[in-house]
Amino acid sequence: MAKPQSLSTRQMLQTASIHAVLILLSVAFVFPLLWMLSTAIKPLDETMVNPPKWIPSEFQWGNFQEAFNYNSDTLGYSPFLQYGLNTIALTLLIVAGTVISNALVGYSFARLKWPGREVAFGLTLATMMVPFPVLMVPLFDLFQRFGWVGTFRPLWVPAFFGSAFSIYLLRQFFRSIPNELSEAARIDGCSEWRIFWQIIAPLSKPALAVVALFSFNGAWNDFIGPLLYLQDQKSFTLALGLQAYQSQAGGTPWNLLMAASLIVLGPVLILFFFAQRLFIQGIAVTGIKG
Amino acid sequence: MKKASKETIAGLAFASPWIIGFCVFLAYPLLQALYLSLTDYNTLNAPVWVGFDNYIDLFKDELFHKSLVNTFSFAAFSLPLSMVFGISLALLLNNQVKGLSLYRAIFYVPSLVPMISLAMLWLWLFNGDYGIINIALKGIGISNPPLWLSDPNWSKPALVVMSLWGVGNAMVIYLAGLQNVPVSLYESAELDGAGPFRKVWSVTLPLLSPVIQFNLIMGIIGSLQVFALPYVMFPGGAPDRATYFFAMYLWDSAFVNQRMGYASAMGWVMFLMIFALTMVSIKLSDKGVHYS
Repeated sequence: MAKPQSLSTRQMLQTASIHAVLILLSVAFVFPLLWMLSTAIKPLDETMVNPPKWIPSEFQWGNFQEAFNYNSDTLGYSPFLQYGLNTIALTLLIVAGTVISNALVGYSFARLKWPGREVAFGLTLATMMVPFPVLMVPLFDLFQRFGWVGTFRPLWVPAFFGSAFSIYLLRQFFRSIPNELSEAARIDGCSEWRIFWQIIAPLSKPALAVVALFSFNGAWNDFIGPLLYLQDQKSFTLALGLQAYQSQAGGTPWNLLMAASLIVLGPVLILFFFAQRLFIQGIAVTGIKG
Repeated sequence: MKKASKETIAGLAFASPWIIGFCVFLAYPLLQALYLSLTDYNTLNAPVWVGFDNYIDLFKDELFHKSLVNTFSFAAFSLPLSMVFGISLALLLNNQVKGLSLYRAIFYVPSLVPMISLAMLWLWLFNGDYGIINIALKGIGISNPPLWLSDPNWSKPALVVMSLWGVGNAMVIYLAGLQNVPVSLYESAELDGAGPFRKVWSVTLPLLSPVIQFNLIMGIIGSLQVFALPYVMFPGGAPDRATYFFAMYLWDSAFVNQRMGYASAMGWVMFLMIFALTMVSIKLSDKGVHYS
């Protein structure tokens, strides 16, 4: 009798200590975000007091509005509203391009046989080793010749031409769908396009959603692309606009800066909370059998 | 035969976006960069052939050396630390704890924070006078805490702390790998009298090795081209160029100094380094990697 008793006490102690460590770590992980929120809704003078004030004396939700409209009198438009609209438009285009092009290419690599396919796929994976900085100068030159520098085109057009990581992800998923489905359709005289569009694509909604989520985050967060190609402040994205704001604002108003940072973070967080399972599963498959 | 050629046509048609994309947005610029790296080029005049001069200059360029040392020393700290931290978190969460999905979400969310918000947030947290980190340090009796971002000795450790905060993405990958380890293996290890550390060392880590290898390679590729975060947080690599990384020097050479040929040579050096390091880590870890 004594032995199982002591074992379960030991187990309880173990569980309790694991939770203690996890709770401590959770506090450390959440704390920067809470401080960000606390700063964003404070009056400016309360951002710089010691001891720090977690709960502001009054909640200044107007900080968000002020961050949105910062400098709008001289510019003639609300910069962060404009940046936000630019970012949304660009992100939607990039997500659409990424999902469409990579679904097609992934389908070809996964379910159609053609000579040289395996070599081409190996080459595709190898392109993940090519760092963007080495391509920067020639790409800038190329888009300059197209007359595209200063427009959104260098940022979204390439999204319609595939990318190695998404191709890999979708190929893995498409391969897991039983081949009999395609064979039966082929015997019935279905074209490849119809097999793809009416059988494979509907079955692959979760994988396509994962690719859409990742490309949303990539496009929303992109900094180096907009920095390279966008010139007129009115065409800036949120990431670029926020950097410009921070580097221009002397004696940084931390409350407004945190409010603006939260505006950028918000959509990403909201998306995560609505699609948590997809996110976690999507990341999990990327690492398995890499 | 007829069916095969029909399938070939369909295959190439479906792959055509990527075939075009690969040629126009990858192969062409990569080869063009190789050509430009052998020239002097300022975008206004045609490139002038200089042979290997750019590479020779790079070899002698002290700022280039400094940016390389910065890049590698940052990677040498942040990569192993993130791996150990990420695996430890995943191991903790793999104990059938209650509230797993909540903990996982908490650890994961910071890795989602857009780079620009991340930069602003940590500029604020690490602020020397009013940053909450230094206020807390003073509170526990450290009267002279480092100025972090404006101290050349502390700016890199500050970046390492930030990268640890973003470990959630890798942690999710490790956790998924751990959940693939069959329970029966632990049970038989237990029968053999293995303690908890022994189990991790002899059962978990070998079975996790493909995932570790994947994260290591992605980490190398990412950390050699780190750009945006230090560019925003440390303009010009200030203070004292302690955070002037490889990609920042490449950017400045191309778009500030208008030395496109020189920048292209740097780009190719970066590409070759990533290629070599990836190959080495595949070769080295293939010896230790177990594919089930």
